[in-house]
Amino acid sequence: MRILVVGGGTAGTIIANNLARRLGPETRAGKVRITMLSASDRHMYQPGLLYVAFGQMAPDQLYRDQASLLEPNIDFHVDPVKQFKLDKNQVVTEAGKTHEYDIMVIATGSRMVPDETPGLTEGAEFFYTEASAVKMYKALREFQGGRVAVAVGVPHKCPIAPVEVMFALNDYFKSRGIRDKVHLKYYYPIGRIHTIENVAKWAKPEFDKMGVEYETLFNIREVDAKNKILKSEEGTEVNYDMLIVIPQHRGMEVIERDNMGQGGWIPTDRYKLTMNGHDNVYVVGDTTNLPVSKTGSAAHFQAEVVAENIASIVKIGAPVRDYDGKVYCFIEAGHEKATYAMFNYLNPPDLKPPSKPMHWFKLSYNQMYWTSVRGLL
Amino acid sequence: MSVTKTIDARDTFCPGPLMELISYMKHATVGDVVELLSTDSGSANDIPEWVKKVGHEMVGTEQVEGVWHLKVRKAK
Repeated sequence: MRILVVGGGTAGTIIANNLARRLGPETRAGKVRITMLSASDRHMYQPGLLYVAFGQMAPDQLYRDQASLLEPNIDFHVDPVKQFKLDKNQVVTEAGKTHEYDIMVIATGSRMVPDETPGLTEGAEFFYTEASAVKMYKALREFQGGRVAVAVGVPHKCPIAPVEVMFALNDYFKSRGIRDKVHLKYYYPIGRIHTIENVAKWAKPEFDKMGVEYETLFNIREVDAKNKILKSEEGTEVNYDMLIVIPQHRGMEVIERDNMGQGGWIPTDRYKLTMNGHDNVYVVGDTTNLPVSKTGSAAHFQAEVVAENIASIVKIGAPVRDYDGKVYCFIEAGHEKATYAMFNYLNPPDLKPPSKPMHWFKLSYNQMYWTSVRGLL
Repeated sequence: MSVTKTIDARDTFCPGPLMELISYMKHATVGDVVELLSTDSGSANDIPEWVKKVGHEMVGTEQVEGVWHLKVRKAK
C-alpha cells in the first residue's frame, strides 16, 4: 500500500505521523510506504504571526525543521507537486519525479492573495506571512495616532483573527499611552461583527467598552493607497491613516491549474473527507471546499479522522469514523485574558467569559503545538 | 432559469452561509445563478439584505423541510 501525503503543514504532518505510528509494523515489513511531499523544509506555527505583528514573538520562534517533526519511517521530500494525475493515481513534482499512490492525502493549504484587490498590497498592512507581520509591526511602532481601519477579505484563514486583532490593537496602543489618539474602526463583510452569532454577541459589548467602532456589510472592493481611501463593494468609502486587512485567500495554484476546484478549494465530502468522485483521495485542512473554518484546529481534527480511517483501511479494509465538523478556536481577548469557541456541524459554540488561565493555556499551546503536529497530543 | 452552482451551507456555523455566498460571487460570471442551501434561520433576512445592498438580484426564496433555498443572480 503506497500512501502519499501532499503538503507538510498542520494536517499533512499530523496525518503522516499518526499513520507512521499506527502502521509501524506494516511499514517495517515493507507492506506500507508513507511518503510526504512538501514545499518547504521548514514548518511554521502560523497562529504565532499575530504575536509577531505586535512584537510579542520573534519570527524564528515560529519555525522547526520539518524533518525533525516526522517519524523516521516517513519518506520525506522537499519537492512540491506540479501536476496531479488523478486518473492514473500519480503526481508529478517540480523536480520532475513521478510518485504513484494507492491512497493520497491532499493538504496543500491556502495562501493570501491581496494582489487580487486593486491597491490593497500597496495600501494595507497584513500579518498572514512572516514578512508582512514584521512590516506591520514596524508600521505600528511608528504610528503616532490617527484613524486605524481594520477590514476583512473573503474567504480568509483563521476567522477569529479579525476580532483578536482589535483586542490586540487596543492593548498595544494603551501600552504605548496613545490610545486616546487612535480611532479604531472595524469593517466586516456580513451583517454582524462576526460570522459566528455567539462570537458576535459576545464581542459587540467588548468593542463598545474598548471604544472600537464598527461597520457591517462591508466588503473590500479596492484601495486608493495614494489618498488612503478604502472602498467597499457596497458603495461606501473610508478615509484611513493606517489600514490593516485580513486578506482574501485562495487554495494553492496547482489545484486550480489542474481544474480540481474553483478558488483552489477541492470539492470534498463533509463527513468522509474524500474528494468528490475519488474515494482514494482525502482532502484536509484549508484545501477543502467545506463550509468549515479554515484553521489549524479544523485541520487537526480532520487529520485525526483521516489518519484513523486510512490505518483502518489498511488493517480491516474499511474506514471507521466520520468527521463531525469539530473546530476549537482560542480567542485572545486582550488584558491577558482569552476564551474559546468550540463547535461542530450541529452544535454552535457557547462562549465562556474570558479568563487569565485560558490565556495562559493559549500561550502554553503555542509551544504544545509542536507536540500536536508530531501526532502525540 | 437554470442554477449554475449550488452551495451546500447547511449545518454550518463558521464561516456561515453569507460568507460562502460572498466567496462564490467573487469568482462567478455576471448572469450566473447560485442556489444557497442554509439551515440558519437568519439567512432568509441577511442574504437578501446583502444582495440588495451590493446590487445583485434575489431570484428565489423558499423553505423546504427546514432548509432555506436562496437563489441569487450575479448582476455586476
